[in-house]
Amino acid sequence: MLDAIGARSVEDLFAHLPEAVRLKQPLDLPKGISEYEIVRYFRERAAENASGYASFLGAGVYHHFRPVLVDNVVARGEFLTSYTPYQAEISQGTLATIFEFQTMICQLTGMDVANASMYDGSTAMAEAAMMAVRATGKGRVLVARSVHPEYREVLRTYAANQGMPVSEFAYLPEMGALDAEDLERKMDGLTAAVIVQSPNFFGVVDRVREAAEIAHRSGALLIVLFTEAVSLGILQPPAAADIVAGELQSFSIPPTYGGPYIGIIATRERFVRQMPGRLVGQTVDSRGNRAFCLTLATREQHIRREKATSNICTNQALLALMASVFMTVYGKQGLRELAEQNLAKAHYLAGRVKPRFGGRFFNEFVARVEGKLPDQVNKTLLKRKIVGGLPLARFYPELADSILLCATEMSRRADMDRVAEVLA
Amino acid sequence: MIDRVRPHLVINERLIFEHSSPGKLGYQLPDLDVPAVEPEEALGPENVRAAIEHFPEVSEVEVVRHYARLSTWNYSLNTGMYPLGSCTMKYNPRVNELVAHIEELAWAHPYQPEPLAQGAMEIMARLEAALAEITGMDAVTLQPAAGAHGELTAILMMRAALAKRGNPRKKILIPDSAHGTNPASAAIAGYAVDNIKSSEAGVLDLGALEQIVTGDVAALMVTNPNTLGVFEENIMQAAGILHAKGALLYMDGANMNALMGIARPGDFGVDALHLNLHKTFSTPHGGGGPGAGPVAVKKELEPFLPLPRLKRSAKRWAYDYKRKHSIGRVRAFYGNFGVMVRALAYILAHGGPGLRKVTLDAVLNANYIRKGLEPYYELPYQSPSMHEVVFSDQRQAQKGVHTGDIAKRLIDYGFHPYTVSFPLIVHGALMIEPTETETKRELDRFIEAMTAIAHEVESDPQMVKTAPHGTGTSRVDEVAAARKPVLRWKPA
Repeated sequence: MLDAIGARSVEDLFAHLPEAVRLKQPLDLPKGISEYEIVRYFRERAAENASGYASFLGAGVYHHFRPVLVDNVVARGEFLTSYTPYQAEISQGTLATIFEFQTMICQLTGMDVANASMYDGSTAMAEAAMMAVRATGKGRVLVARSVHPEYREVLRTYAANQGMPVSEFAYLPEMGALDAEDLERKMDGLTAAVIVQSPNFFGVVDRVREAAEIAHRSGALLIVLFTEAVSLGILQPPAAADIVAGELQSFSIPPTYGGPYIGIIATRERFVRQMPGRLVGQTVDSRGNRAFCLTLATREQHIRREKATSNICTNQALLALMASVFMTVYGKQGLRELAEQNLAKAHYLAGRVKPRFGGRFFNEFVARVEGKLPDQVNKTLLKRKIVGGLPLARFYPELADSILLCATEMSRRADMDRVAEVLA
Repeated sequence: MIDRVRPHLVINERLIFEHSSPGKLGYQLPDLDVPAVEPEEALGPENVRAAIEHFPEVSEVEVVRHYARLSTWNYSLNTGMYPLGSCTMKYNPRVNELVAHIEELAWAHPYQPEPLAQGAMEIMARLEAALAEITGMDAVTLQPAAGAHGELTAILMMRAALAKRGNPRKKILIPDSAHGTNPASAAIAGYAVDNIKSSEAGVLDLGALEQIVTGDVAALMVTNPNTLGVFEENIMQAAGILHAKGALLYMDGANMNALMGIARPGDFGVDALHLNLHKTFSTPHGGGGPGAGPVAVKKELEPFLPLPRLKRSAKRWAYDYKRKHSIGRVRAFYGNFGVMVRALAYILAHGGPGLRKVTLDAVLNANYIRKGLEPYYELPYQSPSMHEVVFSDQRQAQKGVHTGDIAKRLIDYGFHPYTVSFPLIVHGALMIEPTETETKRELDRFIEAMTAIAHEVESDPQMVKTAPHGTGTSRVDEVAAARKPVLRWKPA
């Protein structure tokens, strides 16, 4: 190869690099290791993590059983190792699965259109807020305090330099649902979007319709967020929303210490050109057969550059495929039954541990720890091989005596009984 | 002998909804070990939904066949080469998949107590340190979910640093050869964008830069090697010009595959850069994600890194949430940990010497292709190539055949197209990046195919313009798709 190029050594190919930019010493990294040693290294690290614990953590990341078919499908190299489907003729597999994904997200959320996915729920929510600002020509965003605290932090980071002031409105201290009066007070004609989560961070099924009425009266859009997608198997879809943003981790994406996950944005037909992210559309090939391709790219950064609707380039295609397989395996009846099992488990636990809030809940709820500190309770539980609920002090100082507990179809009755005993 | 594709059994497959019939099931759930709950009672009748209309109802074997059939409609790295410039589509080692699936890593909850997450935290800390060493920078955040997300993170940090000095400034300079994400990210961070023209050699024009850098300029975003595959030889002088005027230098690290063990951005004046773990560090593209876009910075920018930061206290890792200058979070939790595991596995497998070898081989392969195709395709910039080479369709355009047509014809020879019509500064660009993982035999096949197409353009341009001819799906009508968007399935 060097002969063909006309070089004496590979180093010759770098001869044009100025001396001053060259690295004078080798990289300070050990030499390479074998496959066996790599596996051993990661098994050793894995052993330093929790192993064999039952967990009652939720708070945006949920432990659900992953149907075996999911990994079976995504391990196929044709999906795993393919590129973004710009070349439609040789990417119909990915394109068709994304088209199905967009369809299922519409069916689940009651919206007209859904995109091919976003990085995760938190960035999807921030992008949804930016989308509302574009669609309304207004700048202000009002977000419920019962929205996931880390999502609100991301929103503030995104909003900081865009002339997009973000303010928050309260939740009702007895119900754990949004405080409609506080929202009403804080609404004004400059507000582009109201953001609420349902079930909210406390697990409470929130008052989406009330929030919609208040938002729409002032000409703002309502953005409804969800982090527990399984709830959509049983709860009314947020039909009053203008934009739905969500996280699909629950649909068989392993928790993986926080990512990769998969966000979605779904909306009404009239806002489609304001949407961020990729979209797959149906068309025909030159022989007249049904085919799919990426479409409406004139919204996107590689065409519009600084005028694009978003800087987003990648989506989460492989995870969209995981979620699609999950939705397909469970299907119409299975997703409902799965949701009912979650409902039953969480309500069994809640029956033994009194929930702090009066609002209706799906598979998570806040419990007050009486006479002890949440951290003490969790320490006791750890000794019994149980990871307890999330202590809320870090995010809500006023709830420093409380934990957020989640039960799913994977929670066993015996473990829930143990949690109840320790909390009692 | 030239290999073209041959017809192969491609099974027609309906959409999953068209397989549905009422009552078909593909799932199993265990019996409840607690009493069932009446949904209307627990949730309130107004909150309970009706059945999800037209949601799939299929059996297990239908699910398996559906996705298996669709998968055969895809081209993939498993089946062949992706000479996609700027995308670095290298082989994805399978051991990386195995380690990412180890139960205690894959099932770790981001809120599990820190003492029970030490292994995950150690993996992140080790990856941060390795990336800092490879780039010659002082600190790394792993939080951004993708390259463009990393760009945004870095610009927000630069903005915060400049604001702390007294003035965040107004503009970001971006060369005309840059990726489209660069200006889009700058706009989200609240900056106006000024494009600057490249020199005749296809690199930064120092004279032009000197004139345009004023007290209003926050930073220059540069890709190095740039999107022509050319190393920015004047990078240190450019950094000098910027720094003298109080501006910063950002590097898009998409092309880091050309530099590992050879030159480090931190040593040539870069203040911040992002890396694409799904390019340089071999994590699979998965049909368009997930990726990860860590950002590496110099000391001055360290206080502004996103929250939380890993810190070592006494005997274990902990998170530090108390950093008053931080730009805040750019994503919930800590980033795409599963992608980080794969990238670290790649780095451990290669080690320092191995990563340098990666770069040597990547540059060798690109130059071999350049030499092989120079007789047939116009090379608009004669500057030495690093890991990729950019031709133009100038000669073929005389026959009415454009880069997009040549790309589609390449499919008939069993290759994924190169990057088409980018960078924008080359009219009718063919941007080719073979990566280090292709064999000489595969590179020869590619050169033979491209050569054969160049001849076909002369003898039968119409045939090239209607390619591909060997695929199950022929040329797709993208105009019709955009004119009347059909974005979801609906029952007939």
